[in-house]
Amino acid sequence: MAKLLQTLFDGVAVGSLYALIALGYTMVYGILQFINFAHSDIFMTGAWIAFVIAKAAGWAGGDTPIWASLVTLLGSMIFCGLLGFVIERLAYRPLRGAPRLNVLITAIGVSLFLENTGQLEVLFGTQPQRMPTLLSSEPLFRIGGVGLPLVDVVVVLVAVGLMLLLQWLVFSTRLGRAMRAVSFSIPVASLMGVNVDRVVSFTFVVGSALAAAAGFLYAMKYPGLNQPAHSTWILLGLKCFVAAVVGGIGNVRGAMLGGLLIGCVEMFGAAYLSTSLRDVYVFSILILVLLFKPTGLLGKATVEKV
Amino acid sequence: MKLLLPVITLGLLALTGCSDKGSPAGAGPGSQAASKAPEATTIKIGEFGSMTGSEATFGQSTHNGILLALEEVNAAGGVNGKKVELKSYDDQGKSQEAGTVVTRLITEDKVVAILGEVASSLSLAGGRVAQQYGIPMISPSSTNPQVTAIGDMIFRVCFIDPYQGYVVAKFARENLKFSKVAVLYDQGQAYSKGLKDDFIKAFTEMGGTVTVEQSYTGGDQDFSAQLTTIKGTSPEAVFLPGYYTEAGNISLQAKKLGLIATMLGGDGWDSSKLAEIAGDAIEGAYYSNHYAAEDTRPEVQEFVKKYQAKYGSVPDGLAALGYDAARLLFDAMRRAPSLAGKDLAAAIASTKDFPAVTGVISIDAERNATKPAVVLQMKGGKPVYAATVEPRK
Repeated sequence: MAKLLQTLFDGVAVGSLYALIALGYTMVYGILQFINFAHSDIFMTGAWIAFVIAKAAGWAGGDTPIWASLVTLLGSMIFCGLLGFVIERLAYRPLRGAPRLNVLITAIGVSLFLENTGQLEVLFGTQPQRMPTLLSSEPLFRIGGVGLPLVDVVVVLVAVGLMLLLQWLVFSTRLGRAMRAVSFSIPVASLMGVNVDRVVSFTFVVGSALAAAAGFLYAMKYPGLNQPAHSTWILLGLKCFVAAVVGGIGNVRGAMLGGLLIGCVEMFGAAYLSTSLRDVYVFSILILVLLFKPTGLLGKATVEKV
Repeated sequence: MKLLLPVITLGLLALTGCSDKGSPAGAGPGSQAASKAPEATTIKIGEFGSMTGSEATFGQSTHNGILLALEEVNAAGGVNGKKVELKSYDDQGKSQEAGTVVTRLITEDKVVAILGEVASSLSLAGGRVAQQYGIPMISPSSTNPQVTAIGDMIFRVCFIDPYQGYVVAKFARENLKFSKVAVLYDQGQAYSKGLKDDFIKAFTEMGGTVTVEQSYTGGDQDFSAQLTTIKGTSPEAVFLPGYYTEAGNISLQAKKLGLIATMLGGDGWDSSKLAEIAGDAIEGAYYSNHYAAEDTRPEVQEFVKKYQAKYGSVPDGLAALGYDAARLLFDAMRRAPSLAGKDLAAAIASTKDFPAVTGVISIDAERNATKPAVVLQMKGGKPVYAATVEPRK
């Protein structure tokens, strides 16, 4: 019983992180129909910027005030939001009319650029680092013999909060309506007076800020940060991309569902079947979903526009 | 699904990113032999190691050790009147990269011998290339038995895993009186798998029980599923035969999960980064290693003094082994009739009672070194000498 609960908690915590990152993939895909492979590197940058801020401020240990975490989180989100804006402006916008493959290859280029630049000694360096403890990992309370640390609670709360905020933004604001219009059809939206460039920029800023938040939470949960070019980050990015596809790429709610599903499948598979196959479960889900519901769990079948 | 394309492209691009950390150690003033380049006044040796990546301190420490030995030999007039020149490459801790840089060392830089790697998987990748070209290679610290089994050109100056596994098992069983130990190993590393098998074999032979075996893949960040399973079997200790980055992360998460057990490890833990990552979660843990800096033998104390003067830090086991590997190579070069692959390999193979920092080295018929091991304990964020275990007779 304790094992079941513990696994469930871990699955939900990891799943909400996946969902946050998957949102970035899905938003960009929904609007531009291309997969931003640099997204996992924005997530990586978010985690490392959080490390840089916390280190520079000298925060560490259990008695750190709660606002320290907030400052780190916001700092990282603002930095990565700007980074997302700059990447879109410099790398993707000039290719707006180009074939989709060109943009995809550019995204890989941006990804490698971020990874390798991050390895410079003046930035993050080539060695793993320890993220200072901002949130206590002592159990906050116990359910059924399983301790719930503050870190995990914060991870889930912040992730869910940000997802609700995004939900509100997309479905209840003018800007959100413009985003949905652009995702429906760029030419028609621009004929209706929607500033497409601004909407696309905004999408990148929001997606990147969410990735940065996920990066911060990830660094809180797993304080041993791998070096920027480590395959860990790519693999995590791929899993979140899978989450977006499983939920139905282009669909905001689908990304949340996909993230939680992937997180739980991975954790339960690892705990009850075999740990050596944990990535296999994730990618098997992808294959199953693509076989039986190619548009994803919440995706709608669309007719290719000619 | 355009998933495969980027993955392949990423892999290909990663292959091309190679940094050159060569250190020309004074080519000497002699320019008379400019027309006959190979008969130059220097002897070229090569080194490959993980200067970046999760095991970066391994490569850097080893490199520091080798450089120290190189400076000494050149200050003393070189080998047989010729200065020794070192060419180093970073393999980023990746097997495919190790093969590439060793090929480059042999075919482009024309080195006569190679020093490297620390991680066994990488020594295996590089060693196959060196064996194929007939260039002797000495691994300073790869402990997996397979490494020297590649062929007659591959040597090492450290003990091997069957012995290391026995040391940890013996220490856990006899000194710490543990009877229930769980194992969590890296399924992608030859070193980790080999050491795990050897530990389990020795520990069960001594009457101990291995409660559960769990695995992870290098680079994994989340170990909660494995640790939850391990916690369910309530072991007295957990044996982590992996490298320091993962060992640190695992200890942290074990503490968070409320798993109370002593962590045990092998020489893959030997890095100052271990305590930096794990903090107080690693306090009281034990690991086996090649040497202890507090050892009072004059070779050790002299080495520690020289190393501290040059780099300002206490050398870890990998620095000591890098130093030993380079000095053993220079010694063999002096004795070899020529520096051709076969002659040099024969000279290395005939090394007897070489007084090294990490113990007296004799190369055996399997091209391994037989030496005692030490067990260190983490106290106050630093490894402290706990015990010495002599080789099995």
